[in-house]
Amino acid sequence: MTALAALIRRDIRIALRVGGGALIGVLFFLTVVVLMPFAVGPDLALLSRLGPAILWLGALLASLLTLDRLFMADHEDGSLDLITMSRTPLELACAAKALAHWLAAGLPLIVATPVLGLLLNLDMAATGAVALTLLAGTPALTFTGMIGAALAVTLHRGGLLMAVLVLPLSIPVLIFGVAASQAAITGPLSFGAPFSILCALSLVSLVIGPFAAAASLKHGLD
Amino acid sequence: MTLIDLANPTRFLALSARVLPWLAAATVILLTIGLYQSASAPDDYQQGATVKIMFIHVPNAWLSMFVWGVMSVASLGTLVWRHPLADVAAKAAAPIGAAFTFLALLTGSLWGRPMWGTYWEWDARLTSVLILFLMYLGLMALWRAVEDPSRAARAAAVLTLVGAINLPIIKFSVDWWNTLHQPASVMRMGGSTLDKSFLIPLLVMAVAFTLLFVTLHLAAMRNEILRRRVRSLQMMQASRVAFSSEVGTGSREENASKGAA
Repeated sequence: MTALAALIRRDIRIALRVGGGALIGVLFFLTVVVLMPFAVGPDLALLSRLGPAILWLGALLASLLTLDRLFMADHEDGSLDLITMSRTPLELACAAKALAHWLAAGLPLIVATPVLGLLLNLDMAATGAVALTLLAGTPALTFTGMIGAALAVTLHRGGLLMAVLVLPLSIPVLIFGVAASQAAITGPLSFGAPFSILCALSLVSLVIGPFAAAASLKHGLD
Repeated sequence: MTLIDLANPTRFLALSARVLPWLAAATVILLTIGLYQSASAPDDYQQGATVKIMFIHVPNAWLSMFVWGVMSVASLGTLVWRHPLADVAAKAAAPIGAAFTFLALLTGSLWGRPMWGTYWEWDARLTSVLILFLMYLGLMALWRAVEDPSRAARAAAVLTLVGAINLPIIKFSVDWWNTLHQPASVMRMGGSTLDKSFLIPLLVMAVAFTLLFVTLHLAAMRNEILRRRVRSLQMMQASRVAFSSEVGTGSREENASKGAA
């Protein structure tokens, strides 16, 4: 347990210091959201209708793009080999790393959501709904994306290939995230059903992600 | 005869060489029967002659999912039993599965044009097949991205299994998404159960297409084994050339003359 706590503390510290680049994700998120009005026009009514979708897409891309460094940096300086060889099960270590990554790179996105909601003409309730669905949904993105990050480090390939492999897997999260936010803002449908499915998706990926990532690390690093 | 006996690629090559002609002949015969039957099937009272696209479209759609299942079993073989032919099977199946998926999408869109009035409709079923097609392409890109086949095999196996778990979830969520956006405005095919005059040709075609897949898959596996042999022979030769050129210039000339001969 202390080993896992130490791993989480270390990863967060590295991510937040110089060269870590966790906060670049927030900057990217902001840039994507600022770009949107240029594409669809400065129509505030339209923007507030598209708002949840834009925020979700931005968060999805931002969390995906920060992920490919999850194992790569550790692989380059050799600490990934130590983690693989240590007595802590690799699955737990992977889960700890993903949790640390979510705390360092995922939570700032959710904190930034209210500010970005202002830019998209969302009212308080709508922003709150989007932030809440992001809070429930982004762990799923991180834990599924971790599989892609593990494949990236074993294949020495990152970037576009991993995005192409992981993006289809994140479609359910996107569907239920946007559906739950829309249901809270306008929809005749209840907020509960899509939101609980979103939470279920996060829990499922919490189980599958570490196992798949650990399997690919175990079989791939030699 | 167990799966372990097939672990020897030479034995697999010999056995598949004996089986392949029979499989190909059975495929041709069944396809001929199925095509004849589907051509002589009566027109639908609502859809007219276009209903005949179904006899091509449905087997393709069925196989698009079946092939992913085959690849998942092969991936288990790679990761769990380290069966030497499992990754060959998984690699050979991916392009074939992508082709079946593409044909299912293509025939579906050709069918949709006269029926729905549009080539593409964001219908739940169409959308999930499109996502399946994207995942096939991603998997093929992964196979092509890495030179060492065994390293690529393990990565592809992990991804295939993750996909096998995720595909039903994606299918379910796309269904949910679609019913949310547009309730039952799309005309669904086959509102009633299929008539026998349609069902029998369809089943024959389904079996014929499955046989077609098995034939193509075996042939592709043979090609892949031979391709790997050629690759390892080329690497051996390359290392020999590199080694002899290190030893002395005399042997390099000897090699050059050998290469010319």
